[in-house]
Amino acid sequence: MRGYLRKAWLIAWKDLLSEWRSREVFGVMAVFALLTILIFNFALDVAPLNRLELAPGLLWVTFIFAGLLGLNRSFVRERDQGSLEGLMLAPVDRSAIYLGKVIGNTLFILSVEAVTLPLFAALFDVSAPVGPLAVPLLLGTVGFAVIGTVFAAISVNTRLRDVLLPILVLPIFVPVVIAAVKASATVFARRSLLEESRHWLGLLLTFDVLFFTLALLLFDAVLEE
Amino acid sequence: MTPTPLIEVRNLHKTFGLRPALRGVSLSVAKGEWLTLFGPNGAGKTTLINVLATLTRPTRGEVRLQGHPLTSDWTDARRYIGLVGHRSFLYPDLTAAENLHFFARLYDVSAPEKRVRALAETVGLAERLQDPVRTFSRGMVQRLTIARALLHDPLILLLDEPYTGLDAAASEWLSDLLADMVRQGRTILMATHNLEHGLAFCHRAVILRRGRLVFEARRDDLSPDEWRAVYRQHVGEQR
Repeated sequence: MRGYLRKAWLIAWKDLLSEWRSREVFGVMAVFALLTILIFNFALDVAPLNRLELAPGLLWVTFIFAGLLGLNRSFVRERDQGSLEGLMLAPVDRSAIYLGKVIGNTLFILSVEAVTLPLFAALFDVSAPVGPLAVPLLLGTVGFAVIGTVFAAISVNTRLRDVLLPILVLPIFVPVVIAAVKASATVFARRSLLEESRHWLGLLLTFDVLFFTLALLLFDAVLEE
Repeated sequence: MTPTPLIEVRNLHKTFGLRPALRGVSLSVAKGEWLTLFGPNGAGKTTLINVLATLTRPTRGEVRLQGHPLTSDWTDARRYIGLVGHRSFLYPDLTAAENLHFFARLYDVSAPEKRVRALAETVGLAERLQDPVRTFSRGMVQRLTIARALLHDPLILLLDEPYTGLDAAASEWLSDLLADMVRQGRTILMATHNLEHGLAFCHRAVILRRGRLVFEARRDDLSPDEWRAVYRQHVGEQR
């Protein structure tokens, strides 16, 4: 088990180091997220009364679309370099490749969220305690990376991959978006996350565990195809 | 008693959609043997190598490694196989050393530092270990690819057009390196279009055409002129 986790982390580390050198995926995601927030800020008339209701939804829409760009790029780069075959050739369980990719993608998306949140808070004049907000952010982001990584691997070899990925991911991701937005709204309203959003957090956790397990079992077949 | 072949392929079929790439290929390779695979474009050479490398599962047929069938779990078999394919499998934004260390750890190579340094010297890239791969020439990438394939000291080396991108001196170096490996007991299966490179050190050669094995002979059974004639007949003019 230790060897399995070590190899998964090794793959994630390789992705992070490649990204640190090229800044290809992070740059695209961060710029897209910042631009989206700016556009929302100018396009929507967010009055002080409704901003707490709108803010969580706007935030998650921004994260999801920025995340989709990043997920697409992470596999397109592997495919263009032909390096995915190099990973498949190694004596590594293919679910460890998936786990490594999920770790890498989760960290990419979380780092974009960390850059985007302060600007979002300033432009929309909202604030939230960091600790409680981190819970729905982390659970939602993990769920997004879990689903997105599988579908990015499926869509990368198709000609319509840029279009196909959101079409495949978004319908399945709807329950996570709803739960993450509701739980985040509780935090923005400065109410108790555990008392008022326990069921939403439960839904997020269940989704993450269920789809992560399914993806671990199916990823070998996904890579094979 | 005949020793068990290291690689044994029986009635191998591989179909992509409706298009058959391999149609009942059977062959065996003994330990320490160098088998060259000739064939025109689309003959199924790369597909056969990919099946042996466990990158693609066959549609039908059987592959045995040291007498053991390769079934659903190929993970351990991959420790015995090194592949130099059409792509380098390297990460251009990482340095040569980072690439080699990454693969060394994936393959659980013991004393990876020492192994990486030794292989970098073998392929003549010791001075460039700290440079990003994207700054390398095509020939240097190919040398690093060969080092990557040899990192875990594989029993079987699968080579798909390994001379691509190498100049005359580097080609000679690669031939010598491969001949050395065979002398050390390694087994080589190499696909190439190049008759001269393919026959230089091999023990046996086969010709694949439209997914079928159409010719097989020991290298020394035919004279160079006879090989050229056979090659022309089944593959076409030497380019």
